[in-house]
Amino acid sequence: MNNAQIEIQLIAALVAAACALPGTFLVLRKMALITDAISHAILPGIVLGFFITHDLNAPLLIVMATLTGVLTVFLVSYTQKTGLVKEDTAIGLIFPALFSIGVIMIALRANDVHLDVDAVLLGEIAFAPFDRLVWLGVDVGPKSMWVVGTVLFISVLLLNFFFKELKLSTFDSGLSASLGFSPVLLHYGLMTLTSVTTVVSFEAVGAILVVAMMIAPAATAYLLTKDLRKMLFLSAFFGVLSAIAGYWLAHFLDASIAGSITTILGMLFLGVYLFSHKKGWIAVWYQQKQQKLEVSLITFLLHIHNHDLASERHIRHLREHINWHDVTANAVLKLAQKNNFISIENGLVSLTDKGLAFTKQAITYIMDNHTEGIESMKQKFFLFRG
Amino acid sequence: MNLQHYFQQLSTDYTLLIITLGTGILGGLCGFLGSFAVLKKQSLLGDAISHAALPGICLAFLIAGVKDTHWLLLGALVSGIIGTVWIQGIVSRTYLKQDTALGLILSLFFGFGLLLLTFIQKMDNANQAGLDKYLFGQAATLMAQDVQIMLWVSLISLFAVLLFWKEFKILLFDIEYAKTIGLPTKYIDIFLTSLIVLVIVMGLQTVGVVLMSALILAPAAAARQWTNKLWIMVLLATLFGALSGISGTALSASFSQMPTGPVIVLSASVIVLFSFIFSPKRGILMREIRFRKSRRAIKLNKALSLMYRIASKHENVLVPHGKRMLNDFKGYSNVIFKKLERQGLINYRQNSWSLTEKGFEKASNLYNQLGKDE
Repeated sequence: MNNAQIEIQLIAALVAAACALPGTFLVLRKMALITDAISHAILPGIVLGFFITHDLNAPLLIVMATLTGVLTVFLVSYTQKTGLVKEDTAIGLIFPALFSIGVIMIALRANDVHLDVDAVLLGEIAFAPFDRLVWLGVDVGPKSMWVVGTVLFISVLLLNFFFKELKLSTFDSGLSASLGFSPVLLHYGLMTLTSVTTVVSFEAVGAILVVAMMIAPAATAYLLTKDLRKMLFLSAFFGVLSAIAGYWLAHFLDASIAGSITTILGMLFLGVYLFSHKKGWIAVWYQQKQQKLEVSLITFLLHIHNHDLASERHIRHLREHINWHDVTANAVLKLAQKNNFISIENGLVSLTDKGLAFTKQAITYIMDNHTEGIESMKQKFFLFRG
Repeated sequence: MNLQHYFQQLSTDYTLLIITLGTGILGGLCGFLGSFAVLKKQSLLGDAISHAALPGICLAFLIAGVKDTHWLLLGALVSGIIGTVWIQGIVSRTYLKQDTALGLILSLFFGFGLLLLTFIQKMDNANQAGLDKYLFGQAATLMAQDVQIMLWVSLISLFAVLLFWKEFKILLFDIEYAKTIGLPTKYIDIFLTSLIVLVIVMGLQTVGVVLMSALILAPAAAARQWTNKLWIMVLLATLFGALSGISGTALSASFSQMPTGPVIVLSASVIVLFSFIFSPKRGILMREIRFRKSRRAIKLNKALSLMYRIASKHENVLVPHGKRMLNDFKGYSNVIFKKLERQGLINYRQNSWSLTEKGFEKASNLYNQLGKDE
């Protein structure tokens, strides 16, 4: 690894961590799409700043672009408050308009400005190490590393100071408002932080992939934990991991670094989405199937319990009576037999003692509306789950 | 070239005519189907779909090896639909919310598409040039063939919407009822969403991935302000969409260096802004005027009811009273007296006022109503 490679990875990791922190709160506050709006709508701010400073890392440009971001949030909430359109429509109306203004501004001054819409939208982290920061005559590293690092440092600091306020207003905004923490102030504080982070990150990963860096690690972490602290750490971890893995994928394929980082983020999310222990797609699918079978089983036992007539309890009759397919009926019968709830003689189904006890308890729970008690009852009686 | 020049050119320049036709049809179609997307509260689905189409375009190119519009559109369609299905999967299977799901699919698919795009660009294949026009769109590349496809899709959508008009309508406004009467809501929903995906994919070439969603949203959001009737809204949205498409093309052709996509979007935004402000029923301006009017009316009524209370203490309620008390202690200005007099509710002289018959009657009714509430 040469020096530039290490620096690129370092910048990517810093960007990932800086994005993951506000991203976590945005996902929890159901405002994930506001990042999409901000990252596009800052374009006119960036362009205007660039016309003045001719440097993408200039403080003035960062301030102007950040203000544009906050303005976007304000415009969205104003449009929403008029009640003329829903919130998501408001987002979808505001940011394309601002983005278009930015693109047109660039197009009109294309001859004397070296700013490319592609560069803003897609970013190119590979060029980041060329723009050095020289301090007191000493080369101290790439400029964007220092800029992103500073923003990350500030957000960690702010997060430490306002952790409980943010936590409270995220999960119970009513309570936090009544305790005297201004929701508006916290909201705009978070939005300002999001804007700053977006502005300093876009050069490295581009406006659209900032959205991925903010949302994807947080969403992945959210599927794994319900603890806010753990979620913050996990999402920062996922971000940094994908940043470094993505760099090497890009190196290997000779393709866009930002695209590779996002692809790794996507694969991470897909993996967790499918295989997460409790909330993954497969786990949920399995749970739903299990639940369905067990509910069928209880229905079946209640039916047997209600009927003494031999004709009502015959296996073949059951299939017609409860109107199940053969597959379902077989699965239910097998489960009931495995758990010793029923015995079958000459095709007649009858409840065993254990089955009778189970059914009676189930009836009391259902009559008393204590349906949540059924879950613990299942734990007690079932040898095999559905 | 200026605007006038543009319209002169339109009859002679075949390419310009094709582009204008293309953007006009596209805008109209977007407005037409966008109305349904907006009313279904899926405004930003378009944003996600348009971004999600990018990897499909690249993969289609990688597989087919040639830049054939049909193949690329097919690829975009497939990956757009996969994205949509996945969004619904995330929302229904996990507790991640709609906005997170949209943002995730949008950015992750786009990132993957970007990876493929840069990968293709590094390959030694001369065919690949111009794939990146899908990012920002280039109306100038529209050809007669593309316009033909657009026309077909328009006809199909028009036919489908006319055929399933009442099913779509009930799905939009009362999905529970639609389920109750046994409509296959799931399939109608999928069908409608597929139509929307189709039109988005078609528009990518013209306005690009980033701005496509605005073209779906803006005409519909503008049309919504003018009416509460679905068919009028759909009609208006189609009109607004076509208008912004054509005016965008005209403007960008008239000034050099103006990119078409952004100008179309800005035209649509201007229509939205205009509708928000000037719509007679819902508009911000009319609302402000109504608000002011009712505030003025309340002020007058307050003055009148105070006068009534003073007057009703006297034997003859129509006897004149000095105005100084109302002026000095209650802060009512002479303007209010004049306004009340103009309405014939009081007689106003130099230094005194008295209620008229009409004024007394109105005030007593007012007073009764106030009293009842207390």
